[in-house]
Amino acid sequence: MNLMGLLRGLWAAFLSMFEMLRGLWTTFRSMFETPVTYQYPEVKRPVRERFKGRHVLKRYDNGLERCIGCALCAAACPADAIFVEAAENTDEERYSPGERYARTYEINLMRCIFCGYCEDACPTEAIVLEHQYELSFTSRRDAIYTKELLIVPVPEGGKPTPQNVPVGMFNRAIPEMKDPA
Amino acid sequence: MSWALLLEWVIKSAVIIMIILGGFAYLTLFERRVLARMQTRIGPNRAGPWGLLQPVADGIKLIFNEELIPEQADRVLFILAPVITVVPALIILAVIPLGPEVTLFGRRYVFGLASNINVGVLYILAVASIAVYGIVIAGWASGNKYALMGGVRSTAQMVSYELALALAFVGPIMLAGSMSVDAIIEGQTHLWYVILQPLGFLIFLIAAVAEINRAPFDMPEAEQELVAGYHAEYSGMKFALFFMAEYGKMIAVSFIAATMFLGGYLGPFLDRWPLLGPIYLFIKVVALLFFLVWLRATFPRFRYDQLMAFGWKILLPLGLLNVVITGVIIVLVGG
Repeated sequence: MNLMGLLRGLWAAFLSMFEMLRGLWTTFRSMFETPVTYQYPEVKRPVRERFKGRHVLKRYDNGLERCIGCALCAAACPADAIFVEAAENTDEERYSPGERYARTYEINLMRCIFCGYCEDACPTEAIVLEHQYELSFTSRRDAIYTKELLIVPVPEGGKPTPQNVPVGMFNRAIPEMKDPA
Repeated sequence: MSWALLLEWVIKSAVIIMIILGGFAYLTLFERRVLARMQTRIGPNRAGPWGLLQPVADGIKLIFNEELIPEQADRVLFILAPVITVVPALIILAVIPLGPEVTLFGRRYVFGLASNINVGVLYILAVASIAVYGIVIAGWASGNKYALMGGVRSTAQMVSYELALALAFVGPIMLAGSMSVDAIIEGQTHLWYVILQPLGFLIFLIAAVAEINRAPFDMPEAEQELVAGYHAEYSGMKFALFFMAEYGKMIAVSFIAATMFLGGYLGPFLDRWPLLGPIYLFIKVVALLFFLVWLRATFPRFRYDQLMAFGWKILLPLGLLNVVITGVIIVLVGG
């Protein structure tokens, strides 16, 4: 038998023993590191700024709804999750600064894939995917979010919709965008 | 006198079985917490304070699981197999003394059931071998070729490593000059056998880990690669029995290693407070259990051919070499 080969094998065995001890040391050391776990329901990890969670419908500062009921979001939606039914605004009962507003606005969150195409399609930046991600339902009915659930509260200094506005104050079909970037 | 003796033995048996059963439940939690910490996670901490009720929750869940028996299964053997597997794990501690003799109310008590029988080590090996039958019967009775292959694979592994395990026992037996577990512990009063038998201890640890199918020798389960081995068709409490057997064997092996190589219940101040004995043994057993979990967290699984080659070509010759060296040294030094 080749003595050198035997010695080399023994040396390799010795080295691998050392490597095994190094592995054991690595796992032992990591026991004393701070765990990476978030204790979820109590501690929530903040999401990224551009995270796409549940949709909200925005308002202007004066309380009018941004949505003008154009249903471009519904047209853009690849999952066919959005249903919009528009109705005419009047100066006595004004919901949005445009010609029309969304009388019914429903998103089926079971169909929604959170792609954000509705956000891109919206001409008035009315629909935005915000940071709410805790979406669980106990029935299919509950998964359909209506306008009342989606719309944000009236901001400070604004008036709730429908508003009674002076005649001729809003005469555009689509409100002017301040920053059409 | 006779009924008092009977009562004493019944209580001792109950205590030994409770050590395995209670130990099994909390060993699962211990393992999950330690593994989690080694992976910089937290582990189960929701059920009860520090997750202490997690084993209870797991148990309740398993009890309410549906118990399926496959149509092609051999019903009698299918039900018998988990029983055959779990019973050896429960009774193997019978020969392990948990503490020194104490005199109480004029009677002498021994912590342990039959630690003074003169074939204690043989009993351990014999009982440990029975578990193999449970596994091969489980694989056969499932009526599923994959379960059968798993059973055969596990059996081959356990039979191979049992030889090395038995050879590792020979060192302490030779040093103590007896097969009685009591004598082996007495022989370690001054020096633990782990110092006199470092190679033997290493062989014992490796062979024991393979014998109880733990990582890195957990070929029978290999949860990342296979669905499961011999217990693929088992569900509910019957699956829990296999699970219990695995963890029960972990505890039993730790008790045996602590007794044969780490001085059992021996420790300082034992003469003054004999009740320290079980505490010393408990500490040693927990340290060994931690080591088993530590191994699982560290080492990747062996390939099957490596496993068999390692067992037969390295571990078995090393065990024989250890026996020869021990024998020569005992003859030269004069035992």
